[in-house]
Amino acid sequence: MKKIRAELHTHTVLSPCASIEMIPPLIIAEAEAKNIDILAITDHNSIANISAVIEAAAGSNVTVIPGIELQTQEEIHSICLFDTLSQVSSFYTFIEPTLPDLKNNADFFGEQFVVDRTGDFVRREERMLISSANISINDAFLEVRRLGGLLIPAHVNRSAYGLLPVLGFVPQDIDLEILEVSKHVDPIEIFAKFPQLMGYQLIQNGDAHFLHEILGFNQFTVEEFSIQEMIKAMRGQDGRTYNNLYQIIKENNNFNE
Amino acid sequence: MNLDLIINKLNLKVLTDNKDFSQIQPSHGYVSDMLSCVMTGAGQHSVWVTLQAHGNIVAVARLLDLSAIIITEDAQPDEKTIAKANEEGVILLSTEENSFNIAGKLWELGLKDK
Repeated sequence: MKKIRAELHTHTVLSPCASIEMIPPLIIAEAEAKNIDILAITDHNSIANISAVIEAAAGSNVTVIPGIELQTQEEIHSICLFDTLSQVSSFYTFIEPTLPDLKNNADFFGEQFVVDRTGDFVRREERMLISSANISINDAFLEVRRLGGLLIPAHVNRSAYGLLPVLGFVPQDIDLEILEVSKHVDPIEIFAKFPQLMGYQLIQNGDAHFLHEILGFNQFTVEEFSIQEMIKAMRGQDGRTYNNLYQIIKENNNFNE
Repeated sequence: MNLDLIINKLNLKVLTDNKDFSQIQPSHGYVSDMLSCVMTGAGQHSVWVTLQAHGNIVAVARLLDLSAIIITEDAQPDEKTIAKANEEGVILLSTEENSFNIAGKLWELGLKDK
């Protein structure tokens, strides 16, 4: 067993809200400097920059996990994490026809750049990525699981696109076990504010739109990192464990925006 | 004011089982797509107008004893949600119109805020 530090929610310059510094080599350098072993790339409704970050990570100590931050029809954001690029591609093929064909207004929402492993410009993504796929969170959850991945509702406590404000409580008709809380809350104190979170496993991520928001709160004790190992760790099964480093990281540096 | 009149005047589709809607008398109206707001904002026996079609709407309606939910812009609850609503005695209605128009028409019919 080994201890693995993971940041599971990271945007690149493809996401309109991300800073221009979120290019593959800088993302990897930041993760490596913070001793983060596993970094998931989760752009809004798109997967076009994952390969570039994987290439940028070659030769580093960072392993990139392919993911996507999906906005479902309820206006809820969920990070969908996979073991392989082919799984995330299959999932993207599933959601792509349900995405609205709206053009991005870069002046208002921000630019959406597809880049190469060095961060050089490849093309602009013209479609507006901040929009809702016309599928329910329930259907998305089931499809992600069918493909071998894991859907985790993102920043469930946040008013904008968070599951709890939008849906009031965690849906009971799908087997959601793991939820993400935003980086600004103490993961212990949050149960007092949202008692409906009791009984769920909580992870916490930087939801990085800037380099300094790559935080790596999550520490998994597992054989090798994989989606299944991560789920076991969250459940505390077979000697796998999960630790949230929030308190330690908070004491050591000021990560608030 | 009864639900039968509302269904006819607004030309609403009834998604759940038919019943004698003329016996149901809503007292207020409420509009929101954020279920956390609905839970604190909608009064008992309200008609709730929303384009949210997720299964959680049934639990919210049950919790608050709402008279009916009008789902707007043709958003479609899935079969499980409709079955659950029937089980819980929650009335789901549907329309192609948007929430603004429906709220306006309800107001004109005399349904007001709590």
